[in-house]
Amino acid sequence: MLTMRFLRLIEGRGILFLAVLAALAIFVSVGNLLVPPGSPFHVSTGAVVLLGKYLCYAMLAIALDLAWGYCGILSLGHGAFFALGGYAMGMYLMRQIGTRGVYAHPILPDFMVFLNWTELPVAWWGFQSFPYAMLMVLLVPGLLAFVFGWLAFRSRVTGVYLSIITQALTYALFLAFFRNDMGFGGNNGLTDFKDILGFNVQAQGTRVTLFLITCLMLALTFILARFVVASTYGKVLIAIRDAESRTRFLGYRVEHHKLVVFTLSAMIAGVAGALYVPQVGIINPSEFSPTNSIEAVVWVAFGGRGTLVGAALGAFVVNYLKTIFTTGWLAVYWLFALGGLFVLVTLAMPRGLIGLWEDIRLRLKRRPPAEAPAELHP
Amino acid sequence: MRLLALIRVALSALALFLLFAPMAKAQGLEAAVEKFLADSFSETEAGIALVAASGAAHGVEALQALADRRLLASGSAKAVFYRDNSGKGFDLKSGQPADIPADAGLVRLNNRLRGVVQAALGTMTLLSPDPAQRLRAAQSVFKSRDAAALPALEQALTKETNPKIRAALSEARAAIILFDSKAPETERLAAINVIAESGDQDSLALLRQILPQASGALKTIAEQGIASIERRQQFRQAGQTIWFGISLGSVLLLAAIGLAITFGVMGIINMAHGEMVMIGAYVTFVTQEVFRAKAPHLLDWSLPIAIPLAFLVTGLVGILIERGVIRFLYGRPLETLLATFGLSLMLQQATRTWFGPTNREVSAPSYMSGSFEFLGLQITYGRLWIVAFTFVVFFALLIVLKATSLGLQMRAVTQNRRMAAAMGIRTRFVDAMTFGLGSGIAGIAGVALSQIDNVSPNLGQNYIIDSFMVVVFGGVGNLWGTLISAFTLGIANKILEPFAGAVLGKILILVLLILFIQKRPRGLFALKGRAVEQ
Repeated sequence: MLTMRFLRLIEGRGILFLAVLAALAIFVSVGNLLVPPGSPFHVSTGAVVLLGKYLCYAMLAIALDLAWGYCGILSLGHGAFFALGGYAMGMYLMRQIGTRGVYAHPILPDFMVFLNWTELPVAWWGFQSFPYAMLMVLLVPGLLAFVFGWLAFRSRVTGVYLSIITQALTYALFLAFFRNDMGFGGNNGLTDFKDILGFNVQAQGTRVTLFLITCLMLALTFILARFVVASTYGKVLIAIRDAESRTRFLGYRVEHHKLVVFTLSAMIAGVAGALYVPQVGIINPSEFSPTNSIEAVVWVAFGGRGTLVGAALGAFVVNYLKTIFTTGWLAVYWLFALGGLFVLVTLAMPRGLIGLWEDIRLRLKRRPPAEAPAELHP
Repeated sequence: MRLLALIRVALSALALFLLFAPMAKAQGLEAAVEKFLADSFSETEAGIALVAASGAAHGVEALQALADRRLLASGSAKAVFYRDNSGKGFDLKSGQPADIPADAGLVRLNNRLRGVVQAALGTMTLLSPDPAQRLRAAQSVFKSRDAAALPALEQALTKETNPKIRAALSEARAAIILFDSKAPETERLAAINVIAESGDQDSLALLRQILPQASGALKTIAEQGIASIERRQQFRQAGQTIWFGISLGSVLLLAAIGLAITFGVMGIINMAHGEMVMIGAYVTFVTQEVFRAKAPHLLDWSLPIAIPLAFLVTGLVGILIERGVIRFLYGRPLETLLATFGLSLMLQQATRTWFGPTNREVSAPSYMSGSFEFLGLQITYGRLWIVAFTFVVFFALLIVLKATSLGLQMRAVTQNRRMAAAMGIRTRFVDAMTFGLGSGIAGIAGVALSQIDNVSPNLGQNYIIDSFMVVVFGGVGNLWGTLISAFTLGIANKILEPFAGAVLGKILILVLLILFIQKRPRGLFALKGRAVEQ
């Protein structure tokens, strides 16, 4: 009974997505740990890290899709929430280095010793504790989104205005984190991590474990997001997306609904960032760059917004393309390809890959295409 | 008869004078030669004074040679020689070209003597025919406060006609008198006033220096002088800040003004706006390179010619973008944002492929280099031109929008597209033209920005967020709002900078703007009426 309800909640596409994710988790961990190198089924540790990175991006894309695809809040600042989560994790990892740093200072990270600081800034207090750091991963992006959203939605800043001020927010953080006296490592960021919860972050086993955790978190995030959008609350979100004023006139507190989904989305982005940092091994201010946030939007648009699975798929595909393009003679053409993708998606496939797939499926069934689905309104 | 005798006496006296005057000079120099030959620092000092007192025409050059280690003394010839800059030898006594004997050695100096030489040079050049040299001499006396220069200063003061040099001379004289404790009190008081009048940093230092030694009336007057200088410096500081603010504001306005058309009037989120600015800057670069290759003597004209070229090129690119992409996306602002962002990436990469990723240099034409002083403010011609140019562009655009039929049609299409179409306006044509106009203006901005920023593929990126902020702050669809917002932001930025530093100041402005948009989501000067709710 409960299982049936769960399956109905997830939908066919979602079940497929979770199945693929589970298969990927098994294939990668077995392929990396058990299959000897040289075998065609061996997965190199580099590939594990790369795939883990894609999954973190997929999580960010799902977060963004919740806000944009279901509630029409086009945030150009989700990269900032992602990076803030990443910094929180990075600070925990920095505190774990302890005396193994270059300057071997028991408390201060290397860059602070280098800057002749004598005391740990308040912002860094407590980060030696893993539970505290994890709390911050959720709390810092969540709080920022809450305050920002509360101000913005209450005064009914909508549409492109909201997009532009979220971009300004990212840009301000981008500039701020470049400063050495912010106390977050300046433009070098945080790196040289040693271990997480006592396990060496460079070790093969840790990497695979981190990958598996990312798979699990992505699956949980997806189920949570499905749960949100399938609930009554989710229906109101869609109503807000399609006709904000009308929803307000029906008596719903539009700004409260938006604030909740925006904050939730930012927290998911923060978790994605926190999973990203130990796998990639570095976090620096360039993660705040406005371009990153816009790129995340294009993943969602490319996969198909308002579908969750599409967002994750888009993140995966676009980043896979990026890896291919930026690692060879094609590097020069990457920006052409990315830019072209932006234009192509908006002009030719407004419903993304998922929409394309649905169109093809309809045609294969040799049925005349049903009424064109209602245009998604921004 | 008597008269005749008198004339005769006078004439012979004159003849004698004419005969002996050079001899007197030569005698002074002859004594100086002996002093230099002695090769001791105190004798050399006496020698310097003798050369300075001799009034010989080549004395300045000889002392300059001494300062530059080009003065040589030869014991065998019992003569002193100096080389000029090209290394040719001259005899000190006669000032005539001469061969320098092999045993001639450098006349040595220590630091104190170097000061003496500079002071002597300062005094001697006070009467130089070259005004720039006289000014330098007066300033050097002001710094050295060498009491020996006082007679020369007073002599120079009676002859000087150039007001600027006169002021420098009287300041130098005041500085000497001020520190001369034997001078009468009234003169020293007057000296303080003269020094306080000039109001620069050196005068302030001078007055602060005299303060501990002064007492009574001298002290109070000196304190008043310091206060008045400080007050004036504050005013100047404020003026400087405002000027820098206006200068930054005009750059912001230039970058944003095209966006005020495409975003403000048409409602298109054009993220490729910054790249239009960049293209304008590259058009300037190419124009200048063509001029450099084909007509180097007309190089100064490349900038004025680049203006219409940049307008045409970026205007055409803009029309292409509008026809090719944006027209399919009207009414879907978020999609427009994404598509134009994609275009901006492609344009950046195209520029990088064609021109390379490095900065390209666009040189300033002669009329834009240099600076002048206005009420104590240093104003560079380049910045002044840009401010003036910004206003010209702004008002030209205002005229196009308010006083031409195209402008009328643009406003009609913006306000009510279907009604405008019903009145026979070709709305699509007007759309393309409006977007072209906005893009073309961005290109013109690029011409100006090429003068103050690096011409690189990333040029546009640095302006896009600022430009949007300016337009949103000023109120969308309102050119005057854009003007006021650009200057407000520019001046606010420069006021914050000294307290917060450049980067933090910028962050503060962004945060303040975000808060401001919460309060007034439609900007400073919001449109009222039906258009608001669209």
